[in-house]
Amino acid sequence: MDVNVVIAGAAGEGIQTVGSIFSKAAARCGFAVFSWQEYESRIRGGLNSYSIRVSTSVRNAPRRDADVLLPLRKEARAKYRSWLNPRGLLIADERDDTDDVTEIFVPFSKLAREKWQNPIYSNTIAVGALWSVIGGDFEVLQLAIEDEFKGKAENIIKSNIEAARDGCLFAEQSCQGICSWKLEKRIEAGQPHRVAPTIAGNPAIALGAVKAGCRFMAAYPMTPATGIITFLAQHRKECKVFTEQAEDEIAAINMAIGAQFAGARAMTATSGGGFSLMVEALSLAGMVEVPVVVVLAQRPGPATGLPTRTAQGDLLFAVHAGHGEFPRAVLAPSDPYDAFHKMVRAFNLADKYQMPVIVMTDQFLADSRFSISNFGVNLAKTAGQPHRVAPTIASPTEFSTYKRYALTPSGISPRLYPGQSKHLVTADSDEHDEEGHITEDLEGVAVPMMEKRLRKLKALREEIKPPEKFFMEDDVEEVFVGWGSTRGAIFEAVEMLRKDGKRVGALHFTELWPLPELCPLEDFFPQKATITVIEQNATGQFATLLKREFPIGSIKNMLFYNGLPVTAQDIRRSFYGRN
Amino acid sequence: MVEISDFYSETAIQWCPGCPNHVILNTLKEALVELGKEPHEICLVSGIGQAAKLPHYMKCNFFNGLHGRALPVATAIAVAQPNLTVIVTTGEGDCYGEGGNHFVHTLRRNPNVTLFVHNNSIYALTKGQASPTTPTGEKRSLNPGGVAQPPLNPLAMAIIHNAAFVARAFALDREQLKTIMIEAIQCKGFSYVDIIQPCITWDPRPLDWFRKNVKRLDSSHDPTDMKKALDATMLPTPPILTGIFFKDGTRPVFGEDFFLETGFSSLTEPPFPSTEDVMGILEKFR
Repeated sequence: MDVNVVIAGAAGEGIQTVGSIFSKAAARCGFAVFSWQEYESRIRGGLNSYSIRVSTSVRNAPRRDADVLLPLRKEARAKYRSWLNPRGLLIADERDDTDDVTEIFVPFSKLAREKWQNPIYSNTIAVGALWSVIGGDFEVLQLAIEDEFKGKAENIIKSNIEAARDGCLFAEQSCQGICSWKLEKRIEAGQPHRVAPTIAGNPAIALGAVKAGCRFMAAYPMTPATGIITFLAQHRKECKVFTEQAEDEIAAINMAIGAQFAGARAMTATSGGGFSLMVEALSLAGMVEVPVVVVLAQRPGPATGLPTRTAQGDLLFAVHAGHGEFPRAVLAPSDPYDAFHKMVRAFNLADKYQMPVIVMTDQFLADSRFSISNFGVNLAKTAGQPHRVAPTIASPTEFSTYKRYALTPSGISPRLYPGQSKHLVTADSDEHDEEGHITEDLEGVAVPMMEKRLRKLKALREEIKPPEKFFMEDDVEEVFVGWGSTRGAIFEAVEMLRKDGKRVGALHFTELWPLPELCPLEDFFPQKATITVIEQNATGQFATLLKREFPIGSIKNMLFYNGLPVTAQDIRRSFYGRN
Repeated sequence: MVEISDFYSETAIQWCPGCPNHVILNTLKEALVELGKEPHEICLVSGIGQAAKLPHYMKCNFFNGLHGRALPVATAIAVAQPNLTVIVTTGEGDCYGEGGNHFVHTLRRNPNVTLFVHNNSIYALTKGQASPTTPTGEKRSLNPGGVAQPPLNPLAMAIIHNAAFVARAFALDREQLKTIMIEAIQCKGFSYVDIIQPCITWDPRPLDWFRKNVKRLDSSHDPTDMKKALDATMLPTPPILTGIFFKDGTRPVFGEDFFLETGFSSLTEPPFPSTEDVMGILEKFR
């Protein structure tokens, strides 16, 4: 089973409630649930959609073709009608004889008004109808509704369950012989541990930071990054991370740097515009060699761009951001599991090399909920001793005299923090000597200091992970190359094309800068194969980076920049359209 | 026992000979000696400008960061290590101009940080431009016809935001400067001192002009009376009044609630969340 349900309507109208109840219920039946949303930049109104993909095996990739379309209002039907598959079903509040679509007629607005005297009940009637169309067990839906309305008055919960039952029964009549799905319960109610958690990128990032021992986060709200600090602030008791809403992004990153200087693991998060404001401080972190983790959740630019849409347009910006030259790492997790682990890695790398680490996500990864059955929390290791906060901080007793910027063969100077001991700890944004004092000695101090900082890159590059290979068989004729959140779509496209008999494979990068050492290069980029880099930007930024760093013959671009997450079907269509 | 010589730094001072900054530096050392603070217990934070170089000339922990950004860095250091005495040394261009937004919001936050603004109403390092506190009509290199805008009134801003400690000192009134510095550092919460520091190179007004026109607040001034404190900042200048304008020790210090809730004494204190803790939070997503 692999069914994609799309709920569409205006913001604030109930898409969230319907989508959330339905997802929860489907997951509780023991199915994998993947959901993504696209929305307009406004609080109420507009036309938005919530796509929920329910499958037997885990399918953490978006589909834009709907098997079932549930428009909550007429305008939504008009806008999203084209998403419906030729054999798809439309749950209609009002009949439309001019449309030759298969309609399941459930007048949920009318029922809500007439029977419940409250239009708000149309949502639960609609979710009941949807549940019936998918062939779900009503008991499971009931539990999901109880959960959704937890804390509300008992009679409200009861009425909502009744309303859902109305929707269910009404749809059942229209469904006869049309609805082929059966969402059989695969697990019993008493086995909650078998329900796979569904989690979006933002909370997974927040939890990764918690696991990494992050104790401080400052941020200025900016879509789609806001969810990270929101999660930490709202779960302060459990997460124990000090959070502060900064007056601007400049303050946010300077605070994170200050906290890190004082020995605490700290982070910030923003989107492209806010990241632009942080750039000077990124260079500061490079100069004062203070580790800092910055999450850059991308959305289409330039400038304000499309604030609620998705893109991968800031890669080269992240790689080059900041004046002057200094080491940094850029990571781009593929899904919430990876995001969790990449955050731990980001903190470890930042600490070890005393440099900024940028973790790139995007609106799609930040907001979409993936099915993750096991987070492998125990696999995430914070470097060094288990009970130390920033484990790469040195022990003060190692030194009789301490120099914060001591010249070392690796370029890494032992790090202490102020207040830790009698040793004094310094930081200077000016070029400085080993003790951190401002200098004008060019050959004697400035040159060796620059070389010391850049020396860190050598060891860093050696530990950057190579890309993940998918169907990179000996027969491969075309290699799809992707990075970050497009992994699911690209791998699914490879599977589809393999079924079509196409000799396609894929490479997926999640550690983008510095690029890993790939030896032999032929194992990754076979000379006989076409190399196609798939990205959600208009200029092929990762392809540019690959061309610059590796002697690869020719690279083709497959670019998507309409603000929607790329799907396997998009890639497949593009593949055939081009050939 | 800590002594002045404990703060001696070998770094050659880049300030002009005779600059009142030297007085501020030496007075700060004296104040810290009097408070019994040792170099490792202190963290100086600064941005960019002449005043911001001060941390290099005094042996202690320091963070000399970006132009205008000392306060956010200092705020976070004070939260991460509450036992440190965090002092920001900055100029008025750094603090009120480039970092004006942070000044306003730090007043609101009330971190346990002491702020000394060396205010010479001129951009000295960039050779004589106007600053946010240059009096109207004063000629500066980019305002040959005189500065058109009125100067900022940062003391009034601090008072209306209920800062814990608001004072103005004069670099050439060393006795008062030291007293104010000591009280500012001792005060819990955000203590702010604007220090009149005449620029002997670029300011057309000679030192004697300042000696004549800077006056101490009347001894009857009551710093717990917000209204009177505000009135005192609104009087026509000259004279430039100095002294402790306002004090309010009742506001909660930034971060206090977190430490009360968690029982931590710093942000580097274990225990850190275990695998089980994280798995527990993940249960919310089932």
